[in-house]
Amino acid sequence: MCLGVPGKIIELKEHNVGVVDIQGNQVSISVALTPEVEVGQHVLVHAGFAMEIIDEEEALKTMALLEEMMSYGEMSIDEPR
Amino acid sequence: MSRDDKEYTQALLGDIRSEKNQFALMEVCGTHTMAIAKSGIRELIPDNLRLLSGPGCPVCVTAQGDIDGMIELSKNPDVTLLTFGDMMRVPGTATSLAEERSRGADVRVVYSPMDAVQMAAENPHRQMVFLGIGFETTAPTVAVSIEEAYRRGLENYSVLSLHKLVPPALEAIFSDPDIKVDGLICPGHVSAVIGLSPYEVLAEKYHKPCVVTGFDTLDILEGIVMLLHQLRQGEARAEIQYRRVVKREGNPVAAAILERVFQPADARWRGLGAIPGSGLAVRPAYQKCDARSRFQVPEIEDKPIKGCACGEVLTGRITPQQCALFGRACTPLKPIGPCMVSHEGACAAYYRYTPVKGR
Repeated sequence: MCLGVPGKIIELKEHNVGVVDIQGNQVSISVALTPEVEVGQHVLVHAGFAMEIIDEEEALKTMALLEEMMSYGEMSIDEPR
Repeated sequence: MSRDDKEYTQALLGDIRSEKNQFALMEVCGTHTMAIAKSGIRELIPDNLRLLSGPGCPVCVTAQGDIDGMIELSKNPDVTLLTFGDMMRVPGTATSLAEERSRGADVRVVYSPMDAVQMAAENPHRQMVFLGIGFETTAPTVAVSIEEAYRRGLENYSVLSLHKLVPPALEAIFSDPDIKVDGLICPGHVSAVIGLSPYEVLAEKYHKPCVVTGFDTLDILEGIVMLLHQLRQGEARAEIQYRRVVKREGNPVAAAILERVFQPADARWRGLGAIPGSGLAVRPAYQKCDARSRFQVPEIEDKPIKGCACGEVLTGRITPQQCALFGRACTPLKPIGPCMVSHEGACAAYYRYTPVKGR
């Protein structure tokens, strides 16, 4: 139910209406919950609303953190109990 | 190495497979239930790690009495009931919304609460009631629809709020000595609204690691690795794996509008019973849009469905396969309990993606 799909903002209109491109389909959504969003940004769309702006760069930070963590594991710095 | 590199996935899997202790990790989001079943992660990880589904599907956790109440409301000839599709086929004690519609009740499926407001504007002589089902992800969208109805001066739009809040349910799970959960895979999109702080409180109070996790296979593997890492160290912190969407502070705009339109209320959960402050009621300032003040919505007692173990499934006490009805009397074509109806219910997900032999 909390399913979200990514879409790219291609137009912003009055009364918090935004048009997003979701896999080639243009859909009107509300941007009332992400008022700072700009054309060109990717958002997570849920129930006709942009819920959050997506920042792919952040995903790489999780990856970098885990790679570091796992390399400690290999060096046996954190001994499993 | 890039994120979609096979080697990275293998490294994550290798780390998970090196775990020798028994741990039970619970997810509390229907989208996780689906994603985990679909990805086959359960088959990839060792048997000593169990992935449980908790109360993460809003349709499934709706109490039987509340379902019977909304079905009663659908029989009111002045009312058009608007709902997300999941709810249509969920069985009440005697009937379902879909059955009532076939008998002439005006029940319609909408994709967004804003569509419901638009329908109210286009049908000024019908009372349009939107079924407010969902967690903190969905509730702000319904709150916006109520403010929009006020802005447009609509007199015929109201919401039957059966929204539920995730943290009180997690607290109920953690404090139940019969439910063994070592770590929590926290819901990605609920957390996009509420942020990390509710989990920080829970992680500390119950000493359980909590990791807000995204929905693709790699996200879930990363989330599991982060949980196991904490468990190995004996730590219990709240962390975010799903950083491309979830911020530490959540979405303050969504949280503010939620707070403006709704107030905490007691709510009944299937499987967990009544939990104080775990629901949302429309604030008196928005009374015009509160279906409970506009109509007689009967308070109906919960009558259990005979033989149905959805309550046990929803709390991780049993797996879907351990229910006597699963795959026999209860299938997606002829579901008996809500966990088999909703696409993201644990039973439906298991049924769809478990090989026939395993059922």
